[in-house]
Amino acid sequence: MLSYVIRRALAALLIVWAVVTIVFFSMRIIPADPAEVALGDHASAEALAAFRKQAGLDQPLLGQYLGLLASLARGDLGRSMITNQPIGEQIAAAFPHTLALALGVLLVGVVIGIPIGVATAVKRGTWLDFSGRLFSLLGLSFPPFYVGIVLLIVFSVWLGWFPVIHAPRTGTIGETLHKLVLPSLSLGFVQAAYIARLTRSTMLETLNQDYIRTAFAKGLRPSKVYFKHALRNVLIPVVTAIGMYTGAILGGAILTEVVFSRPGLGKLLIGAVAQRDYNLIQSGLIVFAGIVVLVNLLVDLSYGLLDPRVKHS
Amino acid sequence: MALTLRGKRRARVWISVLFRDVGTKMGAGILVVVALAAVLAPWVASHDPTAQSILHSFRSPSAAHWFGTDEYGRDLFSRVVWGARPALTVGVLSVLVSMIVGMPLGMLAGLKGGRVDLAVSALVDVMMSFPSLLLALMIVTLVGSGLHILVLAIGIAHVPLFIRLARSSTMQLRELDYVAASRTFGGRDSWIIVQHILPNIIGPLIVMATLGIAGAIRDEAALSFLGLGIQPPQPSWGNIIRDGVSAIMAAPWMALISGFALALTVLAFNMIGDSVRDVLDPRDIAAASTEKDERR
Repeated sequence: MLSYVIRRALAALLIVWAVVTIVFFSMRIIPADPAEVALGDHASAEALAAFRKQAGLDQPLLGQYLGLLASLARGDLGRSMITNQPIGEQIAAAFPHTLALALGVLLVGVVIGIPIGVATAVKRGTWLDFSGRLFSLLGLSFPPFYVGIVLLIVFSVWLGWFPVIHAPRTGTIGETLHKLVLPSLSLGFVQAAYIARLTRSTMLETLNQDYIRTAFAKGLRPSKVYFKHALRNVLIPVVTAIGMYTGAILGGAILTEVVFSRPGLGKLLIGAVAQRDYNLIQSGLIVFAGIVVLVNLLVDLSYGLLDPRVKHS
Repeated sequence: MALTLRGKRRARVWISVLFRDVGTKMGAGILVVVALAAVLAPWVASHDPTAQSILHSFRSPSAAHWFGTDEYGRDLFSRVVWGARPALTVGVLSVLVSMIVGMPLGMLAGLKGGRVDLAVSALVDVMMSFPSLLLALMIVTLVGSGLHILVLAIGIAHVPLFIRLARSSTMQLRELDYVAASRTFGGRDSWIIVQHILPNIIGPLIVMATLGIAGAIRDEAALSFLGLGIQPPQPSWGNIIRDGVSAIMAAPWMALISGFALALTVLAFNMIGDSVRDVLDPRDIAAASTEKDERR
């Protein structure tokens, strides 16, 4: 088991290194001069030279690349080209908001998606099945940012139950949770649709297995067969899917944070793109990709806990 | 010749089974309307989509302006109709880019195995660690916006999906007797791919392409919504939604209507994709074929 964990962790580290390399060299092919972008068209030659020296842009490309790798190894993400603030601090401040949103989305996805998936599989061919499948189809088709806008118009503009701008003010738990409801629902709708569809198809396959037939033949209560015997096996692909859709959740979080004017990694990245803050864009992309790789690794390692048949060897 | 006839008959059976499905009929109906709106936009649109009239800004839907007007008094119905053009263009062309790049790489990796497979799989792993929207966003940030850049950026962002599909299908097919036999008789990789692999993965490919168009349309709208896609005053559903969010208190219908056009189009492609997937199940084809024979 330990050697499997080490091998998977090393593979994940290699992917992160490849991501860093691609992002670094991609950022260097930009036709614009980052110094001119940061200081403006009217900056003097001396100011531009001083900026390049301070940002390390006057060094050879390989030196800059190795410098970035060394900084990342120390956990240093560099400084913003616009505000000169440490990027690590900015990301650390934004991350809890995105994490809270991701957890809210996950909660909505699991709480709505799994029961719908189980119900539609058990009641296959009925109106319940049709409604559940329609829910999945709509969830997979309606872009989360549009769902967010509809929720915002209905619940904030028309009904006034929620604020239009979702940036926290007081920071109390009650306020934080209140402002998390609509963003989580908008992105969670898509997640629930994915999970419902996957749960339904896996559940249908599982219900055709011999051991389920045996369980029914033994006279077990249907609820016990569905929830104790079948659902446990259904959970494995569902957990995998949740891991695989981390990327989609993060992608969706960018838009959701913009729609609801919420702070977070997505809003930070879009702000950096708008200001052409290349250092922040570079670090933001690396952090986004790093989170996806880490979650995939954790999902991979969790198989053994969920399914005793899976042995990491 | 016999094979061609059999192929044609199979295609006819597929299409007849496909259009028996309610989802296909509804999806195709919506797409016909959207495609006609895109193609006939100069005639369907009631106003010039970029013509401003500040005196008429934020007008609610009325007989003169069916979907109302925006901040600059531009007719929203005309902008939504013209917005169908970039959506469908980017949707279809970017999937073509993904297929042209992803399919050969995936088939080669699946057929060759070994180092080629390892290299391609590593590429997929690295690309998949970026959410597709983020990858497209990175490319657009680096290279700039514009229709052709959007096609390339979204196309490249969706390449890993096509590589994975082609690779896994090819790995299954390469173990089959007739592929092994073709190799024994000296068949080259290119011959095996064109003659044996490609015709057998065309079904899943159509499903992936249909669902891929839906995803690409969504990504185009998302990038335009973020201000990185189609630039105003040219209309795109994404930038109309963006304008609508800015004016959410004054004119909530702007974001609602343009977003609904987007959602409906994506829904149509997803409905067709789902139906094609169901129909391509060999059991359905066999059943339909038998049913058709019985009718004769």
